[in-house]
Amino acid sequence: MRVGLFITCVNDTLYPRTGRAVVRLLERLGCEVDFPLAQTCCGQMHWNTGYGPRIEPMVRRFADTFAGYDAVVTPSGSCGAMIRDNHPRAAARAQDPTLAADVAAVVPKVYDLTEFIVDVLGVTDVGAYFPHKVAYHPTCHSQRLMKLGDRPTALLREVRGLELLGLPGEQECCGFGGTFAVKNPDVSTAMGADKVRHAAGTGAEVLCAADNSCLMHIGGLMDRQRTGMRVLHLAEILASTEKEPA
Amino acid sequence: MSSREVILNRVRRALTDVPRDEVFPVPRDYARAHVVEGVLELFAEHLRDYRAVVHEVAESELADAIAEAVVRRGARRVVTPAGLPPAWTAGLAAATCVPDGWVYGPIDDLSDDPTNNRPKPAAPHLTIAELDAADGVLTGAAVGIAETGTIVLDAGPGQGRRALTLVPDWHLCVVRAEHVVASVPQALERLVPGRPLTWISGPSATSDIELDRVEGVHGPRTLEVLIVRRPPVV
Amino acid sequence: MSKAVPPTGATFVGMPPFPRAARDAVGDAQLRHNLRKATHTIRDKRAVVVDELADWAELRAAGAAIKDRTLRRLDEHLLAVEAAVTSAGGTVHWAADAAEANRIVADLVRATGETEVVKVKSMVTQEIGLNEALAAEGIRAYETDLAELIVQLGEDLPSHILVPAIHRNRAEIREIFVREMGEWGVPAPAGLTDEPAALAEAARRHLRERFLSAKVAVSGANFVVAETGTLVVVESEGNGRMCLTLPETLISVVGIEKVVPTWADLEVFLQLLPRSSTGERMNPYTSMWTGVTPGDGPQDFHLVLLDNGRTDVLADRTGRQALRCIRCSACLNVCPVYERTGGHAYGSVYPGPIGAILVPQLGGVATGKVDAQTASLPYASSLCGACYEVCPVAIDIPEVLVHLREQVVEGGGHRAEKAAMRAAEWVLDDPGRLRRVQRLAARSRKLIPKRAPGPGAAWTDSRSIPAVPAESFRDWWVRERSGPADTAQAGVRPTGSAPAAAVVEARESEGEGR
Ligand code: SF4
Repeated sequence: MRVGLFITCVNDTLYPRTGRAVVRLLERLGCEVDFPLAQTCCGQMHWNTGYGPRIEPMVRRFADTFAGYDAVVTPSGSCGAMIRDNHPRAAARAQDPTLAADVAAVVPKVYDLTEFIVDVLGVTDVGAYFPHKVAYHPTCHSQRLMKLGDRPTALLREVRGLELLGLPGEQECCGFGGTFAVKNPDVSTAMGADKVRHAAGTGAEVLCAADNSCLMHIGGLMDRQRTGMRVLHLAEILASTEKEPA
Repeated sequence: MSSREVILNRVRRALTDVPRDEVFPVPRDYARAHVVEGVLELFAEHLRDYRAVVHEVAESELADAIAEAVVRRGARRVVTPAGLPPAWTAGLAAATCVPDGWVYGPIDDLSDDPTNNRPKPAAPHLTIAELDAADGVLTGAAVGIAETGTIVLDAGPGQGRRALTLVPDWHLCVVRAEHVVASVPQALERLVPGRPLTWISGPSATSDIELDRVEGVHGPRTLEVLIVRRPPVV
Repeated sequence: MSKAVPPTGATFVGMPPFPRAARDAVGDAQLRHNLRKATHTIRDKRAVVVDELADWAELRAAGAAIKDRTLRRLDEHLLAVEAAVTSAGGTVHWAADAAEANRIVADLVRATGETEVVKVKSMVTQEIGLNEALAAEGIRAYETDLAELIVQLGEDLPSHILVPAIHRNRAEIREIFVREMGEWGVPAPAGLTDEPAALAEAARRHLRERFLSAKVAVSGANFVVAETGTLVVVESEGNGRMCLTLPETLISVVGIEKVVPTWADLEVFLQLLPRSSTGERMNPYTSMWTGVTPGDGPQDFHLVLLDNGRTDVLADRTGRQALRCIRCSACLNVCPVYERTGGHAYGSVYPGPIGAILVPQLGGVATGKVDAQTASLPYASSLCGACYEVCPVAIDIPEVLVHLREQVVEGGGHRAEKAAMRAAEWVLDDPGRLRRVQRLAARSRKLIPKRAPGPGAAWTDSRSIPAVPAESFRDWWVRERSGPADTAQAGVRPTGSAPAAAVVEARESEGEGR
């Protein structure tokens, strides 16, 4: 199976470790992973901020870049949801039947990393080792739009040495929300502070999620507040082994 | 142009994308009811959940149960709507009963009245002050709904005008088992739209203070329900 | 305490745009405590009673579809309402806007010779500013819903569509009662405690005489059944029944979107609404009346059908789903933004997620005519989707928010943001450029300040900036996994500059720009 990795522009630029972890993990699970260099961004920031009419080139680029793969895997719930829910809308709005057809062809092949591992590969024990206390934050778009359900925690539960701790108010938004974080910084920070408080209260060493954008916000708050906790993308935990710990 | 025309024209202009012959589907695959067994028990349980006082009685015990409830309450003046079965008040002193004469018209002539909303001329009825001076009201009910713990009054015989069950502070309501349905859809099927309807689920309450429910604001602060069991099948 | 400000349209005059108002609200510890307690209480109650119904998803789908079907034939259903109400002995009026509705109501009240009216809690009469309009005509409107009473006595503004005084806790309510009730009528009893039951009792005593002597009442309605002309009011306290039953004249002001076609349609909404709203299987009282019933209830009944911007909402193919709203307030109660700011920050009659999509539309955002306050509302959301999840009529609030953001952008303004977005597009349009920008940032990552000046401060005031890695994923992949051809394709050229200037630098290095 040829897997195209859609790393997302945020991970590409700021979180290459996550990308490397995804590659390592998928190859360990027997996949042939490719990273097509023509990829850039799903257009989510533009779309959600009110610049939807301008993302057509990004939608086109995504559909063209990933047309030839059996599966497209992304380690971001919000980017995955952007592609699944909004690329068809953007294509419809462009009134270009070819684009609409290309998008319709690629969208069903797009998977969040955890979906791909659990549903397509049929695996929950990925052979990981991570001897730490971990709390999982099911980010809004991962839970409500991608509907990842218990896939991430099913994967975490199989990680050797990992103690999974329940996060109170887990389904509540962390307050990132893309440009919301800067357009409404006070509310965003207040929401994030509650998330940090809940996370710190679990006694976990690591807060993990399937989306680095939210973790950037939460981690940024934790750093300022010197909680001593760190944030880590789920993929990095799943890639972690005795030999190559995260 | 009248505002009526203005609004209707605006609506039509707003809907130019909707084909006039469109058939817009409504999926109706929700349940007609969520329970089949134990409807009466559930009705009582849900009434109690919302702080109604509930008694279950046999038909033969009804008059005594009513008299006992009135005594227990210490009620000296109880409003009795027209059409209340005389047997219900058999255990009460005549002076206790404060009759209201209003009746909703018979519903047999539906021919020229699609909303069925033409009651008989009003008989003499109690003033608001007289209602306010009463200690309680005794009524029947049109329908009971088990899933929600609701009683529906439809102004039929023995239920009276809406004000009767509103102004007095105590409402003693007799609900017959055969009038209790499981669900809201089943209740609506039994009710006649044109009639003034009051749906009652527990005593008056509010959630306005810290979104926590407390009973007892403007409506009757005590709702007492006598559920009359079906006679055993012989 | 904020003084009541008469609304214009659906927004309150002179309110600051959302982010600024939100800052004050977030800093108010008492307010945040009150809101958190109340919203979490009701959230949990709702979840329990919704879970009781295994067919909730089907009810929700039916509710959405019934509303859509009705809206798509709204003219026909409105004419049916008019015919049915008229034949049942009521009088139907049509009001194109708030001013006309207020005029109609004021004239009807004056015709009775009365100068006082009792009111059932109604969102729509707040939207049109009816109380203020009546006051200008010498008519005093008494709110009778407990929360509305708290707001009215406290000269406050409503902050929630179901519980307008949700921002007040019991101690504050007691204080308002003790101080103000005497000014308006029956004073608060001596020794009043802040027990909710005692406060409810005080409200009962305060309003009792008023109900028993009222001659005119004004209400809204939750539903109007087109085929029968039946109006439905769903409530808890019995103040609604008092107003709908005891006075001689009843005037109901109802938005044109409240119509449902058939009697049987109520079977869906009477299951969806109470469970979503107060988290009860059924609310304590629901009144249904059809025109006039001789000898029972008001003998003079008027229905005022109100447009006031609703037909503009109807004209927007994405935005029109907002008209499905049954005002249950579940979206407010679950909203993480509302929970932190409360309703006042929204500066409008309809706060929370539904307000953020309804108010801008009622105000004409599609035409680019709204003020800064209204234009800030579609951004008052992190797009977390919790509102959509609980909405009993499946309004995709995030979808509409994004749609309205586009209208705000089209309507002008946001110059710096537009430039930034264009720059981002330029970079993201070409992986080679993206790679160059990444390299520039990586090279100068040591220069990135911990706290950014200007707009960047919005992030760095409370949050650290993530460290820029020495190497992007793309560079790693090219180095580790692919041949020299890919490196050439990536088109990297070494340059050096601070990250803020990276885009500009990259542009210049290509001799390109827009
Ligand atoms: S938008 Fe939906 S959830 Fe919000 S008040 Fe309206 S019906 Fe309720």
